[in-house]
Amino acid sequence: MTAEIVLQIFRFGFLLLLWLFIFAAFRVVRADLFGGRAGRVSSVPPRAAAAPGRRRNRGPKTLVVTAGPLTGTKITLGEQPILIGRADDSTLVLTDDFASSRHARLTNRSGQWYVEDLGSTNGTYLDQQRVQGPLLVSPGQPIRIGQTALELRS
Amino acid sequence: MTVGPTTDPRAAAGVTTPKRRGTELALLGFAVLITLTAQAIVDLTLTGSLTTELATFGVWISALWLVAHLVVRRFAPYADPLLLPCVALLVGLGLAVIHRLDLADRQIDATATREDAPVQLVWATLGVALFVAVLVLLRDHRLLSRFAYTLALVGLVLLAIPAVLPASLSEVNGAKIWIRVAGFSIQPGEFAKICLVVFFAAYLVDKRDVLALASRRVMGLELPRGRDLGPVLVAWMLSILVLVFERDLGSSLLLFGIFVVMLYIATERASWLLIGLALFAGGAFIAYQVFGHVQQRVDAWLDPFAYYDGSGFQVAQSLFGLGTGGLFGAGLGGGRPDQVPIAKSDFIASAVGEELGLFGLVAVIIVYLVLVERGLRTSLIVRDAFGKLLAAGLAFAVAWQVFVVLGGVTGLLPLTGLTTPFLAYGGSSLVANFVLVAVLVRISDAARRPAPAAAPPKPALGDAPTEVVQP
Repeated sequence: MTAEIVLQIFRFGFLLLLWLFIFAAFRVVRADLFGGRAGRVSSVPPRAAAAPGRRRNRGPKTLVVTAGPLTGTKITLGEQPILIGRADDSTLVLTDDFASSRHARLTNRSGQWYVEDLGSTNGTYLDQQRVQGPLLVSPGQPIRIGQTALELRS
Repeated sequence: MTVGPTTDPRAAAGVTTPKRRGTELALLGFAVLITLTAQAIVDLTLTGSLTTELATFGVWISALWLVAHLVVRRFAPYADPLLLPCVALLVGLGLAVIHRLDLADRQIDATATREDAPVQLVWATLGVALFVAVLVLLRDHRLLSRFAYTLALVGLVLLAIPAVLPASLSEVNGAKIWIRVAGFSIQPGEFAKICLVVFFAAYLVDKRDVLALASRRVMGLELPRGRDLGPVLVAWMLSILVLVFERDLGSSLLLFGIFVVMLYIATERASWLLIGLALFAGGAFIAYQVFGHVQQRVDAWLDPFAYYDGSGFQVAQSLFGLGTGGLFGAGLGGGRPDQVPIAKSDFIASAVGEELGLFGLVAVIIVYLVLVERGLRTSLIVRDAFGKLLAAGLAFAVAWQVFVVLGGVTGLLPLTGLTTPFLAYGGSSLVANFVLVAVLVRISDAARRPAPAAAPPKPALGDAPTEVVQP
């Protein structure tokens, strides 16, 4: 039989190993949530941000669904317009009887986002206002389409 | 279905999504290391020497996970990197504990030749084979929704088979949930679970608007109309039938719980949870009054020590085991987990608790938690509604099963006879759960995959074909 001390090493060593696995798993979860390498906090913006032509980055960065069946879905904003509707090729595919197949569009014009209604049946609402022509959307303002509500976050 | 995502968010973002396959491989290596360490500790503690079988086992299990990893790398390159390592750790730890219990059996009866760990390893191999098959054959999870009603039928048939078979072919320890043919015994209910989750997801995607919107407000709660109660009543009846004809509390609870929670996720109406709870309470009360075996379980749960010589023996022994384990456990091979009847399958959590202590058992629970969290996260980021519901349903099935089993083992809930996913001895459960994880891996691949980079420019509004706007 093995000496007592070895047994104790086995006993605690194995528990340590198990928890190290969990630690490693959590690092992956964390990296997934915050992007990039875990443990690095970049409170100082990188130099490149000051370079000309990159100032657009200061606008809203994500579109978040805050209500409806798709709640929690996040879309990272880029240069291209975002199409919302029931059609399969929309950026955000709604499964909602109150949405039209091409319902609304969000477009980026030099860092600012405008919402347009694409002739939907039930309309698009920015705050409480029905969207007729293109309207400027500021971060945090709710856009309503059927049961779904969206907002921009920076 | 037209395929032409022109403005996919992830393409627009211009960010290359990391595949994280290297992370997965490293974590798999870690899981194999833990598995082999556990086996070595068991051998050293109980027999004082390492066996040559350990080397064979090491090569086999490493090959198994390597194959699984390579298949994920090839066929689901963007899949979540944590799903497979968590499964690998749980399966490996389960194998070590089963091996430990084999050795205990041999110490009691030197002539005993029955070893369950190698059998479990064969089942794990079969499980990985099915995992591979699912990933290779099922290239898009949305394909499953087309077979929803077929799968529902398959699920129901699988559920019903043990009930109609004669008891000699289907009954083990009082529960009629088996098919026993030629020395093999399988639990079709484990596979039925997956088929039914797929069906629930497809069905609820179709019908959720009706179930969510038509409602009346009563005392601050959105109550559905009477006629919309149909589906939940059917699910309830089904689980009651399982309880009556198969005498299996576990499957019955699992089935009903999954349906109610998926209904809740699909409709976002808390009232469904309350209705489900009320139906469950009613069903449980009737079952308690009518069926002897339910009464027995509940009595043994309320006071296991009063029935120590009978139905409470198992739970009482399990509680003693957990108490002996304490915070840090007795060490692998240091306890007497074989004192609990059926420690290999139903009560493996108690063996883990005794030998690894509270810290070990909590670690195992957290690994399950990570697995479930990855499933739910997949459900959040996948773009189609069917995938969302399916991933959430599968993840919840794992969580619910772990909760019910651990509740039974620790005396929180009455005993149910479900198995701890991946950990416990039992072929059907292991193989079925591998299929479940394969589907999750497939969905997570779809969820994290960036859209094709070369997006054709959209035609200007004036050039676009006129379109009939549907309401």
